Amino acid sequence: MSDGPILAVEGLTRVFGSGRHANLAVDRVDLAIRPGEVVALIGESGSGKTTVARMLLGLLPPTEGTVRYRGVDLDTLRRREGMRSYWRNVQAVFQDPFGSLNAFYSVRRCMLNAFKLFPRRPPRAERIARVREALDIVGLDVDDMLTKHPHQLSGGQRQRVMIARALVVQPGVLIADEPTSMIDASSRAAILNILLDLRTRLGLTVMFITHDIGMAYYTSDRLFIMHLGRIVEEGPADDIIRDPQHEYTKRLLADVPTLSREWIL
Amino acid sequence: MELLRILLRSNRFMAGFWIVTAVLAFALLGPTLLTDVGPFQRVGGLFNPPSRDALLGTDNFGRDVFTQLMYGTRTSLYIGLVAGFVATFIGVTIGTLAGYASGVIEEALMGVTNVLITIPPIVVLILLSVAVDARTATTMGIIIGVTAWPWTARAVRAQTSSLRTREHVAIARISGVGSLEMMLVEILPYMFSYIFMAFILQLTGGILAEATLSMLGLGPFQTVSLGTLLHWSLLWESVRVGAWWAFIPATVFLSITTFSLILMNAGMDEIFNPTLRHTR
Repeated sequence: MSDGPILAVEGLTRVFGSGRHANLAVDRVDLAIRPGEVVALIGESGSGKTTVARMLLGLLPPTEGTVRYRGVDLDTLRRREGMRSYWRNVQAVFQDPFGSLNAFYSVRRCMLNAFKLFPRRPPRAERIARVREALDIVGLDVDDMLTKHPHQLSGGQRQRVMIARALVVQPGVLIADEPTSMIDASSRAAILNILLDLRTRLGLTVMFITHDIGMAYYTSDRLFIMHLGRIVEEGPADDIIRDPQHEYTKRLLADVPTLSREWIL
Repeated sequence: MELLRILLRSNRFMAGFWIVTAVLAFALLGPTLLTDVGPFQRVGGLFNPPSRDALLGTDNFGRDVFTQLMYGTRTSLYIGLVAGFVATFIGVTIGTLAGYASGVIEEALMGVTNVLITIPPIVVLILLSVAVDARTATTMGIIIGVTAWPWTARAVRAQTSSLRTREHVAIARISGVGSLEMMLVEILPYMFSYIFMAFILQLTGGILAEATLSMLGLGPFQTVSLGTLLHWSLLWESVRVGAWWAFIPATVFLSITTFSLILMNAGMDEIFNPTLRHTR
């Protein structure tokens, strides 16, 4: 069981709308992530990568195809244990740190929310302890942070809070949908390093979803290149960067500014 | 706090606010401070013109119009408030449920809402008012409220279905937040400013609906409202006999009250929609 993929999708398809206005956003996508791996799903806006992420999280039902967690179909899991048990294991960080936090509540309340995933919540002292631990992992000043409201935080701080929130339930998989695209450049590397650090410290499996092939190369073992709803190329990061096969991958690499191409190769 | 500061600087809002406050003070404190007769007490004859004894003359029953105006405004505001609460509550509940649920539930709720919108509310209002025996100010407010909610429901549904795609809602979902809590905690607070403005519009509409119904003779029994004042002045042909004091004051108060409420609303629009703010 442990050698099998922790998260896998097969023939994942999603159509928005119907009839003449039908829009095939995701077209028979297959992918598999092994435990402890860091992978990246790369594609431009409209390539369907965020739609894949939402289906992976069970937030959007696929039109066709299956999502499997440790070999168990998500529908079966939903029926058997409910989605809460899935979300205890698979968590996410989203793109917009300004829109991800409910503006009306404090950081503590937002983070304590995650314990709703447990059928029997741990006692309050333990919950607070775990929140503090998670904030500490992402390098935030715990005492200062707990009572703050979202508008008092910078973009980088908010995104760290979001990562900490995902960690509170000690998940096995983290899906990071464009976690740095709306953060200023100076905090970007710090956020990425926190996420990578999680693999070594907690053995977390991470899936990055990004438009930035340079960032993907920097962070990931394996890459999936997505174009117009399909996976057009996949493989170890080094192989893809050195020897891209698909036209679209070549174009993506050519579009990387020269400064960072030197940095990549 | 920031919002409150901008609100206090908005001329429209403050003008509306002070007029509403003045009208409220007149209606609530007037009976104890400004007059020593009761609303049903006869102080003179049929349509006595304004005099030192009766500042705004007397009505067809010989009652003091100035005193009636205070009690009438009080009743009208009360009916408006009840109608506003009822309409806003139903509208927000149905709109939020429909917008959040999507699918069949949304279709069903919005289907009912759209059908109700096509029926002229005045028809329903008249039928309900005739059907209900106990016509107190409260039942009138409720009757007006249950016919006025569909527009609010439509607007709230639109806002909810936009809010439910926000990232903080997805985050709450994968944090295990259930549907009821999602609507109450993650979606409703983001609509508070809109709901408050919708409430004020419903309150205004309620006051006007009361006046309409009461003028038709379907007003509350044993009570003075701005609408019933107009009703009696019409029945006794005050316009033809030139007794302007019997209908002008009630009309002016009706206009001032609704105008100032709408003014407040426009002021708030400036705040919640910064592109409308006047730069200084």
